[in-house]
Amino acid sequence: MIQLTGIAASDGIAIAKAYRFVQPDLTFAKTTVHDIEAEQQRLAAALAKAEQELVVIRQQTLEKFSAEEAAIFEAHLLVVHDPELIGPINQKIADEAVNAEYALHEVSSMFVALFEGMDDEYMSARASDIKDVTNRILAHLLGVHIPNPSNINEQVIIVANDLTPSETAQLDRNYVLGFITDIGGRTSHSAIMARSLEIPAVVGVGAATTTIQDGDTIIVDGLTGLVLVNPSADVIADYQEKAQKYRAQQAEWSTLVNEQTVSKDGVHVELAANIGSPNDLDGVVRHGAEGIGLYRTEFLYMGRENLPSEEEQFTAYKTVLEGMQGKPVVIRTLDIGGDKHLPYLPLQEEMNPFLGHRAIRLCLDQQELFRTQLRALLRASVYGNLKIMFPMIATIQEFCEAKAILLQEKEKLIAGGIAVGSSIEVGMMVEIPSTAVMADIFAKEVDFFSIGTNDLIQYTMAADRMNEKVSYLYQPYNPAILRLIQMVIKAAHQEQKWVGMCGEMAGDELAVPLLLGLGLDEFSMSATSILKTRALLKQLSVPEMQALATEALQLATAEEVLEKVKQAVK
Amino acid sequence: MKTQQFTVVDPLGIHARPASQLVAKATPFASSIEIRTEEKAANLKSILGVMGLALKQGSQFTLVVEGEDEEQALAALTTLITEMGLAQ
Repeated sequence: MIQLTGIAASDGIAIAKAYRFVQPDLTFAKTTVHDIEAEQQRLAAALAKAEQELVVIRQQTLEKFSAEEAAIFEAHLLVVHDPELIGPINQKIADEAVNAEYALHEVSSMFVALFEGMDDEYMSARASDIKDVTNRILAHLLGVHIPNPSNINEQVIIVANDLTPSETAQLDRNYVLGFITDIGGRTSHSAIMARSLEIPAVVGVGAATTTIQDGDTIIVDGLTGLVLVNPSADVIADYQEKAQKYRAQQAEWSTLVNEQTVSKDGVHVELAANIGSPNDLDGVVRHGAEGIGLYRTEFLYMGRENLPSEEEQFTAYKTVLEGMQGKPVVIRTLDIGGDKHLPYLPLQEEMNPFLGHRAIRLCLDQQELFRTQLRALLRASVYGNLKIMFPMIATIQEFCEAKAILLQEKEKLIAGGIAVGSSIEVGMMVEIPSTAVMADIFAKEVDFFSIGTNDLIQYTMAADRMNEKVSYLYQPYNPAILRLIQMVIKAAHQEQKWVGMCGEMAGDELAVPLLLGLGLDEFSMSATSILKTRALLKQLSVPEMQALATEALQLATAEEVLEKVKQAVK
Repeated sequence: MKTQQFTVVDPLGIHARPASQLVAKATPFASSIEIRTEEKAANLKSILGVMGLALKQGSQFTLVVEGEDEEQALAALTTLITEMGLAQ
């Protein structure tokens, strides 16, 4: 048995076979061939294998997803047969006596360049399809294997270097019991996705993909961050019992689904859920959320080939608002850029994407994009209790400009006879330290704040949360962070505004006592953390936590704070 | 040789889905089938060729079919193009 450790990113225990979702090495050398015909036959064989594979993938995609998603593989199949692609490759092999890999690469690169050069965004995005097919043929020439997640038809644990949103989208939820990744932290996409799928995940393991082989038996313990490879029967039995206990604990928490969230001394706070799409509503209701504290709308824009229309967005927002039946729903406007890119919205390469042209900065620059989303939101507002939130605000001017655009769109809609909700609150994320420092000024303009701790911590500590070398600086309990949070809450309450938190910290059992003490009004987290947090809050008294928070603010280090909290809530 | 002229009416132009259908329909015919615009021409049996033309709404193109089954080929393609609402 091999034991690996990583970061516990999503609760639960799973035991299953490993499925390596790892892209193979497709590098090759240019060589001279002597038997032209044999080389051309080698190409034909690779094409035939690629075709067989695509036929299967198309069929599986059709069965598990939709005709829409299968159509892409239809096109890929045509490329494998394309006479204008295959002819020139064979020609090149014959004319230049080069290997098939080289000839394939040369000819397909020409097409890739042709498509990439088109001024039509849709067409330039097709270049990635050509690369995709070329890589599949190349893999067969090189005798390596490209993973095909639609092929999975038994329960597995996914082992990957990292999982991108589009890769995660290809996974059939019925078969995936857990994630293990080499890189990432609690706030990386694979971690967030695992929590939304309610499956255990251990991330940042380092050597997962190099240690684990396809078919190895794996135990993933998302509670402790432990990964066990090929454990003995005894260990498996032990973990089956642990998994059983975990489920029992879950069952106990589930009795709190319909209860209000109150502290030991009867103070009500709101426990809300973070979601990425209307599909998550189910979990939100099942876990008894009192609202949605963060709807990340960027997922509407991702994993597709063109911008979502106003109508599509309207339908998504309406579904969420109606599904929450009048409970508050905070929808954050598009937060793209940084680590999230759209194939059809080319953004300039940046040295420092997290300090760059993203979120509200991009939206204020590309206003048509922004206005379309705002119209969809405003039209949907009549179906529930909508609150609109702008991400990555740094200055008062940005907030005022964004709000002015919102009001312009609102007036246009009303003038056009379209109903719009009359009491839509407009707030902002507090992620950039400048806004926390200036919270008293911002508090006069906004209806609410929502503290995005993931970014607030990384911007305050100047540490990239994805870089393992500096991830020790990602310190939610650092007094510097607590002081910023306190400034925001104090400033907001002075103006009778409310403050939520939608970062990972809001659901962290060691941060919750401090946040309650600091006066946070709304805690928004993964739906799966809600019941656990509700149970925790029932045991905490506000005056005691206020005293704890006051003490914590005077401490020097995150370690001291952590120690203090552990003593207090033991 | 048979020819027929069309104007693209689909607001998305000849994108992946209709291009795939055109190529799939054209491929089984023995005749050579070309799609021509004023500046460029492509083999209608090549998905990369057809998409490489990047025809948009309002673009004009001509199908040029030559071979033993040219009549059936052009008829089949014309029906498909009209049924899809791709061009007229």
